[in-house]
Amino acid sequence: MNEAAIAASGLTMRFDGFTAVDKVDLHIEKGELFGLLGPNGAGKSTIIKMLTTMIRPTDGSALVWGHDIGRERDAVRSSIGVVFQDPSVDSQLTGRENLDFHGRMYGMDARLRQKRIEDVLDLVDLAEKADVLLEDYSGGMQRRLEIARGLMHHPDVLFLDEPTLGLDAQTRRYIWEYIQNMNRSEGVTVVITTHYMEEADYLCDRVAIIDRGRIVALDSPKNLKDLIGADLVVLEVGDGHLDDLAGLLSDFDWVVSAEASGDAVALRVDHGESRIPEIVLTASRAGVKIRSVSMHEPTLEDVFLEFTGKKMRDADTGGGGGKLAAVQSRMRTRRH
Amino acid sequence: MARIDPYAIYSLWLREMIRFFRLKSRVVGSLAPPFFFLAILGVGFRSTMVVPEGVNYIDFLAPGIIGMTLLFSATFGGLSMLWDREFGFLREIMVAPVSRLSIVLGRTAGGVTTAVMQGVIILVPGILMGLKITGLGGFLLSLVFMVLIATTFNSLGLAFASRMKDMSGFSLIMNFMVFPVFLLSGALFPVENLPPWLRILSYLDPLTYGVDGLRASLVGVSAFPLVLDLAVLAACCAGSLALGAYLFEISDVE
Ligand SMILES: Nc1ncnc2c1ncn2[C@@H]1O[C@H](COP(=O)(O)OP(=O)(O)OP(=O)(O)O)[C@@H](O)[C@H]1O
Ligand SMILES: [Mg+2]
Repeated sequence: MNEAAIAASGLTMRFDGFTAVDKVDLHIEKGELFGLLGPNGAGKSTIIKMLTTMIRPTDGSALVWGHDIGRERDAVRSSIGVVFQDPSVDSQLTGRENLDFHGRMYGMDARLRQKRIEDVLDLVDLAEKADVLLEDYSGGMQRRLEIARGLMHHPDVLFLDEPTLGLDAQTRRYIWEYIQNMNRSEGVTVVITTHYMEEADYLCDRVAIIDRGRIVALDSPKNLKDLIGADLVVLEVGDGHLDDLAGLLSDFDWVVSAEASGDAVALRVDHGESRIPEIVLTASRAGVKIRSVSMHEPTLEDVFLEFTGKKMRDADTGGGGGKLAAVQSRMRTRRH
Repeated sequence: MARIDPYAIYSLWLREMIRFFRLKSRVVGSLAPPFFFLAILGVGFRSTMVVPEGVNYIDFLAPGIIGMTLLFSATFGGLSMLWDREFGFLREIMVAPVSRLSIVLGRTAGGVTTAVMQGVIILVPGILMGLKITGLGGFLLSLVFMVLIATTFNSLGLAFASRMKDMSGFSLIMNFMVFPVFLLSGALFPVENLPPWLRILSYLDPLTYGVDGLRASLVGVSAFPLVLDLAVLAACCAGSLALGAYLFEISDVE
């Protein structure tokens, strides 16, 4: 049997008239590390809650590890591990007691529990903190414990809803490593939601970009970025005729698009790094004074922008402020 | 769906036990009110209270205070699901491959055990103040009543918690359900002292039969036949357990 780990069709969730998830189709392979990327309120958690049987979809259906999320809820629950977006630990219990509770709920006998508790605590580096009350854990430690717990009963599919939200950069790196490790070494299928682009880019085999309850793009991070193709070059200009400069530059056949806005010109350029000299030269010939030049390769942020026409609201912007964003968003309309 | 998972029930029960013994200050806190009731009312009302002929007021009062302890502790235990929902642990419970019925049974087992332990503890100051228990048989019989009382009110607490979205209903239940149930139950004075129209409410109060049954078994004095107490209370217990299980079954996690 070589069916998908998750197969959803037409999954829809409405909350009194408001459509949070809109006819989502998903096909996730066994062993895949799959990402749902989208801004706040996109519907990521709602999709996770439906797939983990915590809420019933208004419409549509899904199979998780071959089990129907509506009719075979217990079978679905036995196949999955879940780390919810919001904490779900008992803070009056120690780490070990939380894990022990979990193991019993999943029918694991004492010896297996003990072994798995040691294993997963090692995996998330919490062995020394095993007998400390959860209320004395830091936020990052709690999160790691939840990840360990989600993994403890050997789920076929592990759902992680924003596992690194609010964690510092170093802890986030650690958690990325754990997630990658268990995906590779334990062969667990992982579905992770995030609104950090670097996270989706770094971790996921494939990413579904979600906006307002719909999947707007779905592919590997590389293929998604290749859709954008050209590099993005932004010239910050002191004075002069920006529109003329934009016009001049768009005559080059290696310029995919050029757009002037405020005191900046944004270009989409193939092989940007080798074209910068020529761009600067053109500008000075046109009598335009350049204050700075910046360039970046396409990111998933650009992909998101491309498909939705807006920035991911609270994602890291990675340099460039509102002005740049304004240029970028206008550029979209001129593409090709 | 009516599958019963003994292991999961045990796990939920064990969690309650760990929490109970860990939070010693909470235990002391919850035992303080019944202790003061017993100590102060027992002394204060000794001479003025009209109780059945030939009965010490402390013999009359102590079973009532045990009933009160069970009522408060068990209702609180049932409502504690609100905390689990608030702090997110309910999701961990609900996403496990365990039937809803087992979850209800596990929580109830935990809540009932903690309530009955507190009821038994309150016997100690009672005995020190002069409560005379009929014997071991009576004590064992009183345990049956304690379990029935605790299960009834734990399940009612769970039923309410299943219908509430947040914690705001908590004080509502405590003030408008628990206090009337306590005061009408005849825990502090004989129900016969009430005017007839109020007495009807007392007869509708499950705790009336619980307290009467505790009195019958512990000190051998009661207003109703013991069998009646047992039958009414068992029926209330089954009814509220079914109600709690049903409302929990259809409730949403979110
Ligand atoms: N129980 C609910 N009742 C009403 N609306 C809801 C409910 N749950 C979610 N929503 C709405 O559905 C939309 C999607 O919410 P969801 O939590 O799935 O977003 P998300 O992508 O997980 O966002 P975030 O990154 O902030 O976690 C939001 O607009 C939210 O307000
Ligand atoms: Mg979310």
